[in-house]
Amino acid sequence: MSLQVTDLSFSYGAKTALERVSFGVERGRFAALLGPNGAGKSTLFSLMTRLFGTQGGSISIAGHDLRVAPLAAMADLGVVFQQTTLDLDLTVQQNLRYFAALHGISGRAADRRIDVALDRLGMAERAGEKARGLNGGHKRRTEIARALLHEPKVLLLDEPTVGLDAVTRTGLTRHIHDLCLETGVTVLWATHLTDEVSDADQVILLHRGRLLADGRCGDLRGSASLSEYFAQMTGVSE
Amino acid sequence: MSGLGHALIAMRAIVTREALRFVHQRERFIAALVRPLVWLLVFAAGFRAALGLSITPPYQTYITYETYIVPGLCGMILLFNGMQSSLSLVYDREMGSMRLLLTAPLSRAWLLFSKLLGSTIISIFQVYAFLLVAWLFDITLPPLGYVAALPALVLAGLMLGALGLALSSFIKQLENFAGVMNFVIFPMFFLSSALYPLWKMAESSELLHDICAANPFTHAVELIRFALYVDFNGTALVWTGLATLVFMGFAVWGYDPARGMMTRKG
Repeated sequence: MSLQVTDLSFSYGAKTALERVSFGVERGRFAALLGPNGAGKSTLFSLMTRLFGTQGGSISIAGHDLRVAPLAAMADLGVVFQQTTLDLDLTVQQNLRYFAALHGISGRAADRRIDVALDRLGMAERAGEKARGLNGGHKRRTEIARALLHEPKVLLLDEPTVGLDAVTRTGLTRHIHDLCLETGVTVLWATHLTDEVSDADQVILLHRGRLLADGRCGDLRGSASLSEYFAQMTGVSE
Repeated sequence: MSGLGHALIAMRAIVTREALRFVHQRERFIAALVRPLVWLLVFAAGFRAALGLSITPPYQTYITYETYIVPGLCGMILLFNGMQSSLSLVYDREMGSMRLLLTAPLSRAWLLFSKLLGSTIISIFQVYAFLLVAWLFDITLPPLGYVAALPALVLAGLMLGALGLALSSFIKQLENFAGVMNFVIFPMFFLSSALYPLWKMAESSELLHDICAANPFTHAVELIRFALYVDFNGTALVWTGLATLVFMGFAVWGYDPARGMMTRKG
Protein backbone atom coordinates (compact mmCIF):
# COMPACT_ATOMS: atom_id res chain seq x y z
CA MET A 1 0.00 0.00 0.00
CA SER A 2 1.25 3.45 -0.86
CA LEU A 3 -0.75 5.03 1.93
CA GLN A 4 -1.74 3.00 4.96
CA VAL A 5 -3.70 4.17 7.98
CA THR A 6 -4.04 1.60 10.77
CA ASP A 7 -6.24 1.81 13.85
CA LEU A 8 -5.93 5.57 13.97
CA SER A 9 -7.58 7.27 16.94
CA PHE A 10 -7.45 10.89 18.03
CA SER A 11 -9.34 12.99 20.53
CA TYR A 12 -9.43 16.64 21.53
CA GLY A 13 -9.63 16.23 25.28
CA ALA A 14 -12.80 14.28 25.95
CA LYS A 15 -14.13 14.67 22.41
CA THR A 16 -13.23 11.81 20.09
CA ALA A 17 -12.45 12.96 16.56
CA LEU A 18 -11.24 9.66 15.07
CA GLU A 19 -11.91 6.18 16.37
CA ARG A 20 -9.85 3.20 15.16
CA VAL A 21 -9.86 4.27 11.52
CA SER A 22 -8.05 1.91 9.11
CA PHE A 23 -7.73 2.02 5.32
CA GLY A 24 -5.11 1.67 2.61
CA VAL A 25 -4.67 3.22 -0.83
CA GLU A 26 -2.69 1.43 -3.54
CA ARG A 27 -0.07 3.14 -5.67
CA GLY A 28 -1.53 5.24 -8.49
CA ARG A 29 -5.08 5.14 -7.13
CA PHE A 30 -7.38 8.11 -6.74
CA ALA A 31 -9.09 7.75 -3.36
CA ALA A 32 -11.85 10.12 -2.33
CA LEU A 33 -12.15 10.74 1.37
CA LEU A 34 -15.83 11.51 1.71
CA GLY A 35 -17.59 12.74 4.78
CA PRO A 36 -19.90 15.49 6.00
CA ASN A 37 -18.54 18.40 8.04
CA GLY A 38 -17.21 17.18 11.37
CA ALA A 39 -16.52 13.67 10.05
CA GLY A 40 -12.87 13.91 11.07
CA LYS A 41 -11.35 14.66 7.65
CA SER A 42 -9.42 17.71 8.82
CA THR A 43 -8.11 15.87 11.86
CA LEU A 44 -6.96 13.04 9.63
CA PHE A 45 -5.15 15.53 7.38
CA SER A 46 -3.53 17.23 10.35
CA LEU A 47 -2.25 13.85 11.53
CA MET A 48 -1.00 12.87 8.08
CA THR A 49 0.85 16.18 7.66
CA ARG A 50 2.37 15.98 11.16
CA LEU A 51 0.63 19.06 12.43
CA PHE A 52 -0.60 16.84 15.25
CA GLY A 53 1.16 13.79 16.63
CA THR A 54 -0.67 10.47 16.55
CA GLN A 55 -2.25 9.37 19.82
CA GLY A 56 -3.15 5.84 18.81
CA GLY A 57 -2.56 3.78 15.66
CA SER A 58 -0.16 4.49 12.82
CA ILE A 59 0.19 6.16 9.42
CA SER A 60 2.54 4.94 6.73
CA ILE A 61 3.37 7.06 3.67
CA ALA A 62 5.16 5.36 0.77
CA GLY A 63 6.32 2.69 3.18
CA HIS A 64 7.63 5.10 5.83
CA ASP A 65 5.98 5.02 9.23
CA LEU A 66 5.27 8.62 10.17
CA ARG A 67 6.39 8.09 13.73
CA VAL A 68 9.54 6.11 12.95
CA ALA A 69 10.79 7.98 9.87
CA PRO A 70 8.88 11.27 9.73
CA LEU A 71 11.29 13.12 7.45
CA ALA A 72 11.44 10.32 4.85
CA ALA A 73 7.64 10.19 4.92
CA MET A 74 7.32 13.97 4.48
CA ALA A 75 9.80 13.91 1.58
CA ASP A 76 7.40 11.59 -0.29
CA LEU A 77 4.31 13.59 0.55
CA GLY A 78 2.72 16.45 -1.38
CA VAL A 79 -0.01 18.48 0.29
CA VAL A 80 -2.62 20.95 -0.89
CA PHE A 81 -4.29 22.50 2.12
CA GLN A 82 -7.86 23.69 2.20
CA GLN A 83 -6.84 27.28 2.91
CA THR A 84 -4.50 28.90 0.46
CA THR A 85 -0.91 28.78 1.62
CA LEU A 86 0.59 30.99 -1.08
CA ASP A 87 2.53 34.08 -0.13
CA LEU A 88 0.34 36.64 -1.86
CA ASP A 89 3.05 39.28 -2.21
CA LEU A 90 5.34 36.90 -4.08
CA THR A 91 5.07 35.81 -7.70
CA VAL A 92 3.97 32.33 -8.69
CA GLN A 93 7.57 31.42 -9.47
CA GLN A 94 8.91 32.85 -6.19
CA ASN A 95 6.33 30.83 -4.27
CA LEU A 96 7.38 27.66 -6.06
CA ARG A 97 11.09 28.39 -5.62
CA TYR A 98 10.59 28.83 -1.89
CA PHE A 99 8.85 25.48 -1.64
CA ALA A 100 11.43 23.73 -3.85
CA ALA A 101 14.17 25.01 -1.53
CA LEU A 102 12.33 23.62 1.50
CA HIS A 103 12.75 20.26 -0.24
CA GLY A 104 16.41 20.90 -0.98
CA ILE A 105 15.96 21.74 -4.66
CA SER A 106 17.56 24.97 -5.88
CA GLY A 107 19.08 26.71 -8.88
CA ARG A 108 18.52 25.35 -12.36
CA ALA A 109 17.13 22.06 -11.12
CA ALA A 110 14.40 24.00 -9.32
CA ASP A 111 13.65 26.22 -12.30
CA ARG A 112 13.42 23.19 -14.60
CA ARG A 113 10.96 21.45 -12.31
CA ILE A 114 8.96 24.64 -11.83
CA ASP A 115 8.64 25.04 -15.61
CA VAL A 116 7.43 21.45 -16.01
CA ALA A 117 4.97 21.67 -13.11
CA LEU A 118 3.50 25.01 -14.23
CA ASP A 119 3.29 23.83 -17.81
CA ARG A 120 1.42 20.71 -16.76
CA LEU A 121 -1.11 22.80 -14.88
CA GLY A 122 -1.42 25.34 -17.71
CA MET A 123 0.11 28.06 -15.54
CA ALA A 124 3.39 28.66 -17.40
CA GLU A 125 2.31 32.08 -18.66
CA ARG A 126 1.51 33.28 -15.16
CA ALA A 127 4.87 32.42 -13.59
CA GLY A 128 5.78 36.09 -13.17
CA GLU A 129 2.42 37.22 -11.78
CA LYS A 130 1.92 37.97 -8.10
CA ALA A 131 -0.20 35.38 -6.32
CA ARG A 132 -2.49 38.15 -5.06
CA GLY A 133 -3.67 38.86 -8.61
CA LEU A 134 -4.65 35.26 -9.41
CA ASN A 135 -8.25 34.04 -9.34
CA GLY A 136 -9.28 31.15 -7.09
CA GLY A 137 -8.81 28.48 -9.76
CA HIS A 138 -5.34 29.70 -10.71
CA LYS A 139 -4.29 29.89 -7.07
CA ARG A 140 -5.34 26.28 -6.64
CA ARG A 141 -3.50 25.19 -9.76
CA THR A 142 -0.38 26.96 -8.50
CA GLU A 143 -0.66 25.11 -5.22
CA ILE A 144 -1.07 21.77 -6.98
CA ALA A 145 1.94 22.52 -9.20
CA ARG A 146 3.87 23.38 -6.06
CA ALA A 147 2.83 20.18 -4.29
CA LEU A 148 4.17 18.15 -7.23
CA LEU A 149 7.58 19.87 -7.48
CA HIS A 150 9.46 17.32 -5.40
CA GLU A 151 7.73 14.42 -7.22
CA PRO A 152 5.91 13.03 -4.19
CA LYS A 153 4.61 9.47 -4.20
CA VAL A 154 1.49 10.44 -2.25
CA LEU A 155 -0.55 13.59 -2.80
CA LEU A 156 -3.06 14.81 -0.21
CA LEU A 157 -5.66 17.40 -1.17
CA ASP A 158 -7.96 18.80 1.50
CA GLU A 159 -11.19 19.96 -0.16
CA PRO A 160 -9.23 21.62 -2.96
CA THR A 161 -12.29 22.76 -4.91
CA VAL A 162 -13.90 24.80 -2.13
CA GLY A 163 -14.95 28.19 -3.47
CA LEU A 164 -14.35 27.33 -7.14
CA ASP A 165 -16.92 27.53 -9.93
CA ALA A 166 -18.31 24.34 -11.51
CA VAL A 167 -16.19 24.47 -14.67
CA THR A 168 -12.93 24.98 -12.76
CA ARG A 169 -13.93 22.28 -10.31
CA THR A 170 -14.53 19.73 -13.07
CA GLY A 171 -11.27 20.64 -14.81
CA LEU A 172 -9.26 20.31 -11.64
CA THR A 173 -10.84 16.98 -10.69
CA ARG A 174 -10.16 15.58 -14.16
CA HIS A 175 -6.61 16.82 -14.08
CA ILE A 176 -5.80 15.04 -10.82
CA HIS A 177 -7.37 11.83 -12.13
CA ASP A 178 -5.12 12.05 -15.20
CA LEU A 179 -2.14 12.70 -12.99
CA CYS A 180 -2.71 9.40 -11.16
CA LEU A 181 -2.69 7.51 -14.44
CA GLU A 182 0.29 9.32 -15.96
CA THR A 183 2.65 9.54 -13.01
CA GLY A 184 1.49 6.78 -10.68
CA VAL A 185 1.07 9.23 -7.80
CA THR A 186 -1.34 8.08 -5.10
CA VAL A 187 -4.03 10.64 -4.36
CA LEU A 188 -6.18 11.14 -1.30
CA TRP A 189 -8.76 13.79 -2.11
CA ALA A 190 -10.96 14.95 0.76
CA THR A 191 -14.32 16.29 -0.25
CA HIS A 192 -17.97 16.39 0.67
CA LEU A 193 -19.05 16.75 -2.96
CA THR A 194 -19.97 13.42 -4.53
CA ASP A 195 -19.85 14.66 -8.13
CA GLU A 196 -16.06 14.86 -7.90
CA VAL A 197 -15.81 11.09 -7.61
CA SER A 198 -15.99 8.63 -10.53
CA ASP A 199 -16.98 4.95 -10.40
CA ALA A 200 -13.45 3.60 -10.69
CA ASP A 201 -12.24 5.66 -7.71
CA GLN A 202 -11.81 4.27 -4.25
CA VAL A 203 -14.22 5.79 -1.75
CA ILE A 204 -13.37 6.07 1.93
CA LEU A 205 -16.45 7.19 3.80
CA LEU A 206 -15.92 8.80 7.16
CA HIS A 207 -18.66 9.87 9.55
CA ARG A 208 -18.38 11.08 13.14
CA GLY A 209 -14.80 9.87 13.35
CA ARG A 210 -15.53 6.34 12.19
CA LEU A 211 -14.97 4.54 8.92
CA LEU A 212 -18.37 3.69 7.43
CA ALA A 213 -17.26 2.23 4.10
CA ASP A 214 -14.16 1.62 2.01
CA GLY A 215 -14.31 0.27 -1.55
CA ARG A 216 -14.65 1.00 -5.25
CA CYS A 217 -17.22 3.73 -5.78
CA GLY A 218 -19.21 1.80 -8.42
CA ASP A 219 -19.43 -1.27 -6.17
CA LEU A 220 -20.44 0.67 -3.09
CA ARG A 221 -23.22 2.74 -4.60
CA GLY A 222 -24.79 -0.10 -6.66
CA SER A 223 -27.78 1.23 -8.54
CA ALA A 224 -28.15 4.33 -6.39
CA SER A 225 -26.28 7.53 -7.13
CA LEU A 226 -23.26 8.24 -4.92
CA SER A 227 -25.14 11.17 -3.48
CA GLU A 228 -28.04 8.92 -2.47
CA TYR A 229 -25.64 6.32 -1.06
CA PHE A 230 -23.87 9.06 0.92
CA ALA A 231 -27.17 10.31 2.36
CA GLN A 232 -28.32 6.78 3.18
CA MET A 233 -25.08 5.94 5.00
CA THR A 234 -24.61 9.17 6.90
CA GLY A 235 -28.13 10.49 7.22
CA VAL A 236 -26.79 13.76 5.85
CA SER A 237 -27.62 15.09 2.41
CA GLU A 238 -24.95 17.02 0.52
CA MET B 1 21.25 16.18 -2.08
CA SER B 2 23.14 15.81 1.19
CA GLY B 3 21.34 16.49 4.44
CA LEU B 4 23.46 19.54 5.21
CA GLY B 5 23.12 20.93 1.69
CA HIS B 6 19.34 20.55 1.87
CA ALA B 7 19.22 22.20 5.29
CA LEU B 8 21.26 25.18 4.09
CA ILE B 9 19.22 25.64 0.91
CA ALA B 10 16.06 25.66 3.00
CA MET B 11 17.54 28.10 5.51
CA ARG B 12 18.54 30.50 2.75
CA ALA B 13 15.03 30.30 1.27
CA ILE B 14 13.38 30.97 4.63
CA VAL B 15 15.67 33.94 5.34
CA THR B 16 15.10 35.32 1.82
CA ARG B 17 11.35 35.00 2.25
CA GLU B 18 11.50 36.93 5.53
CA ALA B 19 13.51 39.63 3.78
CA LEU B 20 11.06 39.81 0.87
CA ARG B 21 8.16 40.10 3.29
CA PHE B 22 9.94 42.94 5.03
CA VAL B 23 10.56 44.74 1.75
CA HIS B 24 6.84 44.50 1.05
CA GLN B 25 5.95 45.98 4.43
CA ARG B 26 7.56 49.40 4.33
CA GLU B 27 5.26 50.77 7.01
CA ARG B 28 6.68 48.18 9.41
CA PHE B 29 10.17 49.54 8.83
CA ILE B 30 9.06 53.13 9.35
CA ALA B 31 7.22 52.21 12.56
CA ALA B 32 10.28 50.34 13.80
CA LEU B 33 12.42 53.40 13.17
CA VAL B 34 10.05 56.10 14.42
CA ARG B 35 9.32 54.41 17.76
CA PRO B 36 12.89 54.54 19.18
CA LEU B 37 13.49 57.93 17.59
CA VAL B 38 10.55 59.41 19.46
CA TRP B 39 12.03 58.07 22.68
CA LEU B 40 15.46 59.35 21.79
CA LEU B 41 14.56 62.82 20.57
CA VAL B 42 11.51 63.64 22.69
CA PHE B 43 11.46 61.53 25.82
CA ALA B 44 15.22 61.64 26.41
CA ALA B 45 15.37 65.40 25.86
CA GLY B 46 12.75 65.89 28.55
CA PHE B 47 14.41 63.52 31.00
CA ARG B 48 17.88 64.79 30.46
CA ALA B 49 17.50 67.49 33.09
CA ALA B 50 15.68 65.27 35.58
CA LEU B 51 18.20 62.46 35.64
CA GLY B 52 21.79 62.79 36.71
CA LEU B 53 23.91 59.88 35.60
CA SER B 54 27.20 59.12 37.31
CA ILE B 55 30.10 57.43 35.62
CA THR B 56 29.63 53.65 35.54
CA PRO B 57 31.20 51.11 33.17
CA PRO B 58 31.41 51.00 30.21
CA TYR B 59 31.31 54.81 30.18
CA GLN B 60 34.58 56.67 30.82
CA THR B 61 33.04 60.05 31.35
CA TYR B 62 29.76 61.80 32.10
CA ILE B 63 27.23 61.07 29.42
CA THR B 64 23.98 62.64 28.36
CA TYR B 65 20.75 60.78 28.86
CA GLU B 66 20.34 60.45 25.09
CA THR B 67 23.61 58.58 24.95
CA TYR B 68 22.57 56.36 27.83
CA ILE B 69 19.35 55.14 26.26
CA VAL B 70 20.72 54.36 22.77
CA PRO B 71 21.59 50.70 23.63
CA GLY B 72 18.20 50.29 25.33
CA LEU B 73 16.47 51.59 22.23
CA CYS B 74 18.47 49.15 20.08
CA GLY B 75 17.09 46.48 22.42
CA MET B 76 13.62 47.95 21.99
CA ILE B 77 13.83 47.51 18.22
CA LEU B 78 14.89 43.88 18.69
CA LEU B 79 12.15 43.32 21.27
CA PHE B 80 9.36 44.78 19.14
CA ASN B 81 10.59 42.97 16.06
CA GLY B 82 10.94 39.66 17.87
CA MET B 83 7.34 39.96 19.01
CA GLN B 84 6.14 41.23 15.66
CA SER B 85 7.69 38.37 13.75
CA SER B 86 6.04 35.93 16.10
CA LEU B 87 2.81 37.81 15.55
CA SER B 88 3.35 37.08 11.89
CA LEU B 89 3.83 33.44 12.87
CA VAL B 90 0.42 33.32 14.49
CA TYR B 91 -0.95 35.02 11.39
CA ASP B 92 1.01 32.63 9.16
CA ARG B 93 -0.41 29.71 11.00
CA GLU B 94 -3.91 31.02 10.57
CA MET B 95 -3.20 31.63 6.91
CA GLY B 96 -1.69 28.20 6.52
CA SER B 97 1.80 29.05 5.35
CA MET B 98 3.21 27.95 8.70
CA ARG B 99 1.57 24.60 8.07
CA LEU B 100 3.31 24.46 4.73
CA LEU B 101 6.67 25.27 6.29
CA LEU B 102 6.24 22.52 8.85
CA THR B 103 5.61 19.89 6.16
CA ALA B 104 9.18 20.36 4.89
CA PRO B 105 11.25 17.20 5.43
CA LEU B 106 13.60 18.88 7.89
CA SER B 107 13.66 18.93 11.65
CA ARG B 108 11.26 21.35 13.30
CA ALA B 109 14.08 22.86 15.34
CA TRP B 110 16.02 23.69 12.17
CA LEU B 111 12.98 25.19 10.41
CA LEU B 112 12.15 27.32 13.46
CA PHE B 113 15.77 28.40 13.88
CA SER B 114 15.91 29.42 10.21
CA LYS B 115 12.79 31.50 10.62
CA LEU B 116 14.32 33.06 13.75
CA LEU B 117 17.55 33.85 11.96
CA GLY B 118 15.65 35.54 9.13
CA SER B 119 13.74 37.81 11.48
CA THR B 120 16.89 38.59 13.49
CA ILE B 121 18.79 39.71 10.38
CA ILE B 122 15.94 42.07 9.51
CA SER B 123 15.86 43.42 13.08
CA ILE B 124 19.58 44.15 13.00
CA PHE B 125 19.25 46.01 9.74
CA GLN B 126 16.69 48.23 11.48
CA VAL B 127 18.97 48.74 14.49
CA TYR B 128 21.74 50.02 12.21
CA ALA B 129 19.27 52.31 10.43
CA PHE B 130 18.38 53.72 13.87
CA LEU B 131 22.04 54.13 14.85
CA LEU B 132 22.63 56.00 11.61
CA VAL B 133 19.80 58.44 12.34
CA ALA B 134 21.06 58.85 15.92
CA TRP B 135 24.51 59.63 14.51
CA LEU B 136 22.98 62.27 12.27
CA PHE B 137 21.59 63.84 15.45
CA ASP B 138 25.08 63.86 16.92
CA ILE B 139 24.66 60.93 19.26
CA THR B 140 27.84 59.14 18.36
CA LEU B 141 29.59 56.04 19.59
CA PRO B 142 33.19 54.83 19.19
CA PRO B 143 33.56 53.87 15.50
CA LEU B 144 34.66 50.34 16.36
CA GLY B 145 31.63 49.97 18.62
CA TYR B 146 29.34 49.82 15.59
CA VAL B 147 31.19 46.69 14.48
CA ALA B 148 31.73 45.18 17.93
CA ALA B 149 27.99 45.46 18.63
CA LEU B 150 27.06 43.11 15.78
CA PRO B 151 27.55 39.77 17.61
CA ALA B 152 25.76 41.19 20.66
CA LEU B 153 22.86 42.32 18.49
CA VAL B 154 22.70 38.88 16.85
CA LEU B 155 22.51 37.10 20.21
CA ALA B 156 20.01 39.57 21.68
CA GLY B 157 17.91 39.36 18.50
CA LEU B 158 17.92 35.56 18.64
CA MET B 159 16.92 35.62 22.30
CA LEU B 160 13.97 37.95 21.79
CA GLY B 161 12.92 36.22 18.58
CA ALA B 162 13.03 32.85 20.37
CA LEU B 163 10.83 34.30 23.11
CA GLY B 164 8.32 35.44 20.51
CA LEU B 165 8.48 32.07 18.80
CA ALA B 166 7.86 30.26 22.08
CA LEU B 167 4.88 32.53 22.84
CA SER B 168 3.44 32.09 19.36
CA SER B 169 3.37 28.31 19.75
CA PHE B 170 1.10 28.63 22.77
CA ILE B 171 -1.20 31.25 21.34
CA LYS B 172 -3.97 30.18 19.05
CA GLN B 173 -5.52 33.43 17.99
CA LEU B 174 -4.40 36.89 17.09
CA GLU B 175 -6.69 38.47 19.68
CA ASN B 176 -4.95 36.67 22.53
CA PHE B 177 -1.65 37.76 21.14
CA ALA B 178 -2.40 41.45 21.62
CA GLY B 179 -2.84 40.80 25.34
CA VAL B 180 0.43 38.98 25.58
CA MET B 181 2.16 41.84 23.80
CA ASN B 182 1.00 44.14 26.59
CA PHE B 183 1.96 41.72 29.31
CA VAL B 184 5.32 40.86 27.82
CA ILE B 185 6.71 43.83 25.92
CA PHE B 186 5.95 46.63 28.37
CA PRO B 187 7.05 44.88 31.57
CA MET B 188 10.16 43.58 29.86
CA PHE B 189 11.09 47.01 28.57
CA PHE B 190 10.28 49.09 31.63
CA LEU B 191 11.66 46.61 34.15
CA SER B 192 15.08 46.70 32.58
CA SER B 193 18.17 48.86 32.35
CA ALA B 194 17.04 50.24 28.98
CA LEU B 195 15.78 53.57 30.30
CA TYR B 196 17.51 53.91 33.67
CA PRO B 197 20.57 52.32 35.23
CA LEU B 198 19.88 49.64 37.80
CA TRP B 199 21.54 51.52 40.67
CA LYS B 200 19.03 54.30 40.10
CA MET B 201 16.23 51.75 40.33
CA ALA B 202 17.69 50.38 43.59
CA GLU B 203 17.36 53.84 45.15
CA SER B 204 13.61 53.70 44.80
CA SER B 205 12.97 49.97 45.39
CA GLU B 206 15.21 47.01 46.07
CA LEU B 207 12.51 44.64 44.87
CA LEU B 208 12.15 46.41 41.52
CA HIS B 209 15.92 46.40 41.22
CA ASP B 210 16.02 42.64 41.75
CA ILE B 211 13.30 42.06 39.17
CA CYS B 212 15.19 44.22 36.68
CA ALA B 213 18.41 42.35 37.40
CA ALA B 214 16.70 39.01 36.70
CA ASN B 215 15.07 40.24 33.48
CA PRO B 216 16.87 38.70 30.48
CA PHE B 217 16.15 41.87 28.50
CA THR B 218 18.32 43.84 30.96
CA HIS B 219 21.21 41.53 30.16
CA ALA B 220 20.60 41.75 26.43
CA VAL B 221 20.68 45.56 26.69
CA GLU B 222 23.85 45.52 28.82
CA LEU B 223 25.52 43.14 26.36
CA ILE B 224 24.75 45.61 23.57
CA ARG B 225 25.74 48.62 25.70
CA PHE B 226 29.17 47.20 26.53
CA ALA B 227 29.76 46.02 22.95
CA LEU B 228 28.87 49.45 21.57
CA TYR B 229 31.76 50.81 23.68
CA VAL B 230 34.06 47.96 22.57
CA ASP B 231 33.83 46.44 26.02
CA PHE B 232 32.69 43.01 27.16
CA ASN B 233 30.19 42.00 29.81
CA GLY B 234 30.55 38.29 30.56
CA THR B 235 27.59 38.06 32.94
CA ALA B 236 25.29 39.60 30.34
CA LEU B 237 26.61 37.20 27.70
CA VAL B 238 25.95 34.14 29.86
CA TRP B 239 22.46 35.31 30.86
CA THR B 240 21.48 36.21 27.29
CA GLY B 241 22.90 32.94 25.93
CA LEU B 242 21.09 30.85 28.53
CA ALA B 243 17.82 32.69 28.01
CA THR B 244 18.13 32.10 24.23
CA LEU B 245 18.54 28.36 24.78
CA VAL B 246 15.62 28.19 27.22
CA PHE B 247 13.26 30.19 24.95
CA MET B 248 14.31 28.15 21.91
CA GLY B 249 13.71 24.96 23.88
CA PHE B 250 10.19 26.15 24.71
CA ALA B 251 9.55 27.02 21.07
CA VAL B 252 10.64 23.61 19.78
CA TRP B 253 8.59 21.97 22.53
CA GLY B 254 5.58 24.10 21.66
CA TYR B 255 5.79 23.26 17.95
CA ASP B 256 6.38 19.55 18.55
CA PRO B 257 3.46 17.69 16.91
CA ALA B 258 3.35 15.16 19.74
CA ARG B 259 2.60 17.96 22.19
CA GLY B 260 -0.30 19.05 20.06
CA MET B 261 0.11 22.67 21.09
CA MET B 262 -0.87 23.65 17.59
CA THR B 263 -4.07 21.71 17.91
CA ARG B 264 -7.02 23.69 16.76
CA LYS B 265 -10.27 21.87 16.67
CA GLY B 266 -10.48 20.14 13.30
